[in-house]
Amino acid sequence: MLAMNYRGPYRVRAVQKPVPEILHPEDAIIRVTRTCICGSDLHLYHGMVPDTRVGSTFGHEFTGIVEEIGPLVQKLKIGDQVLVPFNIACGKCNFCKQGLFGNCHESNPMATAVGGIFGYSHTAGGFDGGQAEYVRVPYADVGPTVIPAEMDPDDAVLLTDVVPTGYQAAEMGGIKEGDTVVIFGAGPIGIMAARCAWFFGPSRVIIIDHIDYRLEFAKNYAKCEAYNFKEMEDPVVFLKKTTDWYGADVCIDCVGCEAEGNTLQTFSGRVTLLQAGAATALQWAINSVKKGGIVSVVGVYGPPFNLVPFGNIVNKGITIRANQTSVKRLLPKLIDHVMSGRLDPKGLITHRIPLEEVSEAYRLFSSKLDNCIKTVLIPSAKH
Amino acid sequence: MEPSNEDYKLIPGWGMDADPENEPTYPMKKYTGDDHNRIHYERSDQQPELVEILRSNERPAITRVFGTSVPPSGFSGMIRRYAFQHSEDRYRHWIPLILADRINMLEGLIEDFKKGQIPNIIKERGLAVEWKHNRAGLIRKAVAVTLASLVLVSLFKRKK
Ligand SMILES: NC(=O)c1ccc[n+]([C@@H]2O[C@H](COP(=O)([O-])OP(=O)(O)OC[C@H]3O[C@@H](n4cnc5c(N)ncnc54)[C@H](O)[C@@H]3O)[C@@H](O)[C@H]2O)c1
Ligand SMILES: [Zn+2]
Ligand SMILES: [Zn+2]
Repeated sequence: MLAMNYRGPYRVRAVQKPVPEILHPEDAIIRVTRTCICGSDLHLYHGMVPDTRVGSTFGHEFTGIVEEIGPLVQKLKIGDQVLVPFNIACGKCNFCKQGLFGNCHESNPMATAVGGIFGYSHTAGGFDGGQAEYVRVPYADVGPTVIPAEMDPDDAVLLTDVVPTGYQAAEMGGIKEGDTVVIFGAGPIGIMAARCAWFFGPSRVIIIDHIDYRLEFAKNYAKCEAYNFKEMEDPVVFLKKTTDWYGADVCIDCVGCEAEGNTLQTFSGRVTLLQAGAATALQWAINSVKKGGIVSVVGVYGPPFNLVPFGNIVNKGITIRANQTSVKRLLPKLIDHVMSGRLDPKGLITHRIPLEEVSEAYRLFSSKLDNCIKTVLIPSAKH
Repeated sequence: MEPSNEDYKLIPGWGMDADPENEPTYPMKKYTGDDHNRIHYERSDQQPELVEILRSNERPAITRVFGTSVPPSGFSGMIRRYAFQHSEDRYRHWIPLILADRINMLEGLIEDFKKGQIPNIIKERGLAVEWKHNRAGLIRKAVAVTLASLVLVSLFKRKK
């Protein structure tokens, strides 16, 4: 089968690989119909995530058709069209039982701090991902969800990560009616967080980035205010001023470890890897939120640590809320938002590229070329 | 582990101010109290370990499923095995893993050459799209890299 193959930082190619096999009685093999490239994949692509082995296949956002099932799989049958949450979750451990499907304790032996994720390095379990014609899906009765017949397949693939992550980012913000919400990062996640923030009743939603075409897109798609931090002398002062010198009620980090905008953070986090990436956006979030405010973090940071102004978290009494998204927990609600037309996930898709051209697809998204917001890879001409 | 006696409940005021609403993880987490059962929960069958799997020393046993994508091998594999002797808390876990990743990249190139395949690095880096959508930027970068290498080469020659 054809599959994306990692060769080292900034180098990927499409190769022929053996079709995966059932390795556990609760596995399924899925024939992939659509798969996206995520901002999280860029952290792998840029060599930022430890234990990203040459030869592995990325991809944690995919839909497909059930091709084969293990003997203990009961809910899925061959031929079902499914969307597959990016987290691998057993459904039985205490974390899964309490709805923390992004923190499963039985899907990743390589690290205890993160659950298993498809195609996301050995630090997240060493699973091959969905940027391939076929993929092995463990615990097939837990994650995979049959796509409602009337749902657009492009909407379905964005329900595997982008929509739930944007939603959870807003949800964790604990937004109250009338709040001012500031979102850092106008990538697919930040844009979706801005759109979903409105579900919680704020009076202002502000998005911050430095790429003009993304800010423009966000303004239209999420009906929010959008500002370029490169045009500000100091983003924190700008945000204080625009909130009557009070601070935002809620700040949300949708950037993660490859932030720009602060030389010291960039040098220590991205050039020398002395910390796990640059925590610039998180720093701005902590310093722009009001006293007693909430900072919600979905941006990904690697191990082992980052430099953030922790003293200010204490002194201002800030609540930090963060997690890998629990996709399965949110799916029923989000499927409803999509089916009722309140959310339009596929509106984020700007590029559709055959899997054969995976090298170009990664570069395009990584360099933010051709006004790229979200790229879908199509594994085979058949679909 | 449950404490063997419950004397702590005799401490004056024990549990008096407990407030189930004081739960910042709501609605992310549906608190069930199961946390206190620790790792004693029902589990799935065990996936057979057919390839070498490195595992965190912060857990007693392997997880019921795991990925088998690229088992450790070569020199990078030796470094990864060393890294996994140390917990996720330690730099000596993560720094060797990053080093192993870089060495693994070189091993990948060697493996290509051994197969008689010359890796098309320009293609792998997707430079065609930079050429199409960001030609000026690409040329600027190429010129900068060339100049920097020329300076390095001349410095090196002068030293000799
Ligand atoms: N927690 C989760 O479960 C989860 C799930 C999916 C993605 N993520 C993470 O969310 C983050 C965003 O993902 P994405 O797909 O939108 O990626 P992306 O790379 O498309 O978007 C990131 C955006 O942040 C902008 N940016 C850089 N520095 C900034 C700064 N200092 N302030 C404001 N904006 C800045 C960039 O210009 C870019 O537009 C990534 O870190 C990704 O790994 C987390
Ligand atoms: Zn993703
Ligand atoms: Zn679990």
